[in-house]
Amino acid sequence: MDFSLTKSQKEIVKAAWAFAKGEFDKERILELSRKQEFPKDILQKAGDLGFIGIHFPESCDGGGMGLFENILVAETFCRKDSTLGSALMFTGYSAECLVRSADDELKNKYLPRVAGGELIFTGAFQEPGSGYDFSRLQTSAVQSNDDWIINGAKSFVPFGHSAGAYVVLCATGPEYGDGSTSLILVEADRKGVHASDAGEKLGGRLMPFADVTFENVAVPHGNLINKPGNGATVLQAFMCENRIQIAGMAIGTAQGAFDRAIDYVKQREQFGRKLAQFQVTRHKLADMAAKIEASRYLTYYAAWSFDNGKPEFRLASMAKLTATRAAVEVCDEAIQLLGGYGYTTEYEVEHFFRDAREAEIFQGGPSVQKDIIADEIIGRLK
Amino acid sequence: MDILKYTDEHRQFRERLRSFLADEVTPNVEQWEKDHIVPKEMWRRTGQAGFLCTWVPPEYGGMGGDFLYSVIVTEEMARTNHTGLAAMLHSDVVVPYIAAFGSEAQKKKYLPGCVSGDIITAVAMTEPDAGSDLAGMQSTAEPDGDAFVINGSKTFISNGINADLVIVAAKNPAEKNPYQAMSLYLVEDGTSGFNRGRQLEKMGFHSQDTAELFFTNCRIPKENILGTPGMGFMMLMEKLQQERLMCAIGGQAAAELMLEMTTDYCRKTTDASGKPISKYQATQFALVEMAADIKVGRAFLDKLIVEHAAGESIVVETSMAKYWTTDLANRVADRCLKLHGDYGLTEKCPLARAMRDVRVMSIFAGTNEIMKGIAAKFMGL
Repeated sequence: MDFSLTKSQKEIVKAAWAFAKGEFDKERILELSRKQEFPKDILQKAGDLGFIGIHFPESCDGGGMGLFENILVAETFCRKDSTLGSALMFTGYSAECLVRSADDELKNKYLPRVAGGELIFTGAFQEPGSGYDFSRLQTSAVQSNDDWIINGAKSFVPFGHSAGAYVVLCATGPEYGDGSTSLILVEADRKGVHASDAGEKLGGRLMPFADVTFENVAVPHGNLINKPGNGATVLQAFMCENRIQIAGMAIGTAQGAFDRAIDYVKQREQFGRKLAQFQVTRHKLADMAAKIEASRYLTYYAAWSFDNGKPEFRLASMAKLTATRAAVEVCDEAIQLLGGYGYTTEYEVEHFFRDAREAEIFQGGPSVQKDIIADEIIGRLK
Repeated sequence: MDILKYTDEHRQFRERLRSFLADEVTPNVEQWEKDHIVPKEMWRRTGQAGFLCTWVPPEYGGMGGDFLYSVIVTEEMARTNHTGLAAMLHSDVVVPYIAAFGSEAQKKKYLPGCVSGDIITAVAMTEPDAGSDLAGMQSTAEPDGDAFVINGSKTFISNGINADLVIVAAKNPAEKNPYQAMSLYLVEDGTSGFNRGRQLEKMGFHSQDTAELFFTNCRIPKENILGTPGMGFMMLMEKLQQERLMCAIGGQAAAELMLEMTTDYCRKTTDASGKPISKYQATQFALVEMAADIKVGRAFLDKLIVEHAAGESIVVETSMAKYWTTDLANRVADRCLKLHGDYGLTEKCPLARAMRDVRVMSIFAGTNEIMKGIAAKFMGL
């Protein structure tokens, strides 16, 4: 057993850190966040340097590496800035459905553009009021000659109005089985696709939500991902991977807030002493560090399992549950340690805190993750 | 049996206030949150309607109400889910300094305007390097002929932009003992040498104008010192009991509001299968646990309100209540937000703002760590 990163993994972290230090400008990020405006130029550079789609196949301009390496990038970017870091990592949201489950034609057509930072990809799964229960989908896809005709409405679609393509979860029953679903790729410029901005967000403000409607949208059969009726299976595998990625983002978010808190308590003096000299401060920092380390190794283990052909939903959910909670708590404590300054945008930890909230709730909050974990650890009752 | 003995007059006052807030405040909150300030005109309307400084005696223009009126205003303001019209800060934290320590002339000059809303007040204690540690304050006030000359900078001053009158804490550099050097001074808007700095951009409290204040050779007349020279620290200490109690009331009221909104949401919102969220066991336990915490907090708080109104010294208990109820508010915000699912991640959800707003409560008016330190000291530990 070896817990250390390989030489190439260490180099990825080093390169991602150097990139983030060079490109993530604090004032610019604050300004963009106010307007919820994503910086496409930085995405372009991240794509050129190979940080997007590090886990895509090399044949599609990806890095040919695994989820583990993708997480190292996510963690490093979010450590520098949680808002921009998480948004950059989400520009390929749901592209993994193609990576893991689509045929080469679809992969070759889209993945190189995602990896190059030219195309924002997103997933349209939830529907108004559905939460993460996809057993009663209203959005339907019906076959007609050479096309799928899609009708329905999706909500909470990240990057919903700036994405170039959506992976849409559609009901395709009953011809492919009762309650069957399929994932279909829909380009944003297809006739009948309409995205409307869902307004201001609490966190993750560089990847605004949109409500997306599909009205008699016709897409060719080739846009179907995997086989008809396989939507739920492909989506589950994707969510497993994405939850581990979010856990990785959360570790970086926690670490970034922790770094800032450490810097602050080492220089701030009150009552004639550095804050770092007060026992309660020291113990708070110890708790924060312990939470980060525990989350990090659980997440790394989940990613390693995934890459080694043992994707376990429960590990992915445990990693997300644990790492995002740790991020919320660590960022919360960082705000407290910075006092009034922690509450101002200038000192950044407040937006790390809001972004941690987004990580904890999006893609299934704690309750959803606990249900998944419980299902697996209890198993079928007699 | 209720701990607080509200009379019919109190209840009618609360009803009047509720309808005033529903008509005049709630419809404007979104705009004020965007503007990062509440228009001064709104302060005047609130004052003229009789909801500012309810305790000020009639001879100074007030209605001479008891402490329960202050409690009512604080609770009802918290229920508007916004913080900009900071009536509690003005009425129950700042203006009491003038009433308690001001000369007859000062009281005559300022109190009627504080009641009518023509004078909005702020208190300037915190400095860039002196937050929790007030004794580390650097601002100075030096006697010079018939004036005091104030120099220094203050930060995190609530009502900082709107304030017409600021109570400034500063030290006399000639006095070496930091606890005996501090006095309080009344500085009016427009005084030469008194300038506003940046308005601070914060996670929450968006409708509240929090600002930096700068004093550069700011000359104020000698009679603008408040209370006995050198007694600034003592005066602050004396008034902190009420300030902390008011914060506790704000925290408690915010927690109650958030739970109410969330319970309502869980009843009305169904999942994909059509089952109300409130029918899930984990949701029910979460709501019950929060309701229990809130009832515990309320019982403790109401007892302290009675004791404070009776003039008792309850420094330890108010320090505990400030930290406990503001922690409660944050805990409730955390759990309620999660119960809203992805909707909670959008600013359309009222819990998003509530969560951002309550986060500062465990920091302002002395951080919760300071509260525990005070309690420890007074418990002789």
